[in-house]
Amino acid sequence: MASTTAAEAGTADVPARAGSSRSGGTLYRGDLGMWSWVAHRVTGVLTFFFLFVHVLDTALVRVSPNAYDETIALYKNPLVNLMEVGLVGAVLYHALNGVRVILVDFWSKGPKVQRAMFWVIAVIWLLVMIPGAYFMLERTVTEMIGGH
Amino acid sequence: MTATVETAPPAGSRGPVPPAPEGSTTVTVKIRRFNPEVDSEPRWDSFEVPALPTDRVLNLLHYVKWYLDGTLTFRRSCAHGICGSDAMRINGVNRLACKVLVKDLMSGGGKATTITVEPIKGLPVHKDLLVDMEPFFEAFRAVKPYLMTSGNEPTRERIQSQADRARFDDTTKCILCACCTTSCPVYWSEGSYFGPAAIVNAHRFIFDSRDEGAEERLDILNDVDGVWRCRTTFNCTDACPRGIQVTKAIQEVKRALLFRRV
Repeated sequence: MASTTAAEAGTADVPARAGSSRSGGTLYRGDLGMWSWVAHRVTGVLTFFFLFVHVLDTALVRVSPNAYDETIALYKNPLVNLMEVGLVGAVLYHALNGVRVILVDFWSKGPKVQRAMFWVIAVIWLLVMIPGAYFMLERTVTEMIGGH
Repeated sequence: MTATVETAPPAGSRGPVPPAPEGSTTVTVKIRRFNPEVDSEPRWDSFEVPALPTDRVLNLLHYVKWYLDGTLTFRRSCAHGICGSDAMRINGVNRLACKVLVKDLMSGGGKATTITVEPIKGLPVHKDLLVDMEPFFEAFRAVKPYLMTSGNEPTRERIQSQADRARFDDTTKCILCACCTTSCPVYWSEGSYFGPAAIVNAHRFIFDSRDEGAEERLDILNDVDGVWRCRTTFNCTDACPRGIQVTKAIQEVKRALLFRRV
């Protein structure tokens, strides 16, 4: 307890807020804004982990171009292709919701229309992801089901 | 007619169970309970209660306390949505028990209705639905929620235009029930966060043209545990039984910090 308690003399007497109140119980059925925030966190962390791996594999060029080629070749399989679609989905959601959060922060009507703005970004996300996933997965799928 | 030991009502009871009113249906009230003298962990307790569609959840809790289990502990004072003492988590969201009608919680299609009632999150539970409100009021006091002026007292009342009064009208409605603060995911995990209610009450004075303490309060809230902890999840706005646009108020304080002062 930092500044909220600083003004008070008996800081030491304030009971710890942890304890029975937080153990168990049902999930809080929060506002749409809460779930969009949870998804924003999850997609942000996922993107961070991708960037971490991406910096490592790109740095391999400095080790040897051969090692780099071999590593990138490992990525050419259906599972990684699916993960790539997931990455695009995560980055796209994070970017769109980021714009929504900026509008909530800086546009005076933002807080009032935050739910509507969420549905707008959800629709944009779907409109981009449906053809996007199609073109990204097209080659993998044709190769898997008896292509060339 | 003499009451036998078997039919005697439990201690603290208002008497024998009254007949179920006409048109009532039996609902299950599932309550998250904790007795610090007996329990090491909170537990669930269920009661079958006859309820009318026009009953409020508070009526069901009264029925349990008065006729089924007198040890059930919860706060309520006015029972009409004014005092703000009966904030609790009803079916997963923070509400005042005296403002939620049973008809809005009925499951459709003739299925049995279960209403879950839990204490508000993020504050220590003393017993059952009764939590320690002290950390909440401590944050409230820390923003100095009272008129601050300098100079001589005016001989008449302090005059204010209608537009100036409207500027902070929304945040005057707060009844300090803690529905908003204990709905905030940041408050659950960061106990040092002031919480929505304290910021709402700071907003009420920051934007009051008669008050001269805006800079001081903005300084208090310009802190990692102040308004910048807000992640705009809007749980507070959804939870407020007074319909205050809580997140909007917090955002206005943030923008006042960003643009009005250097």
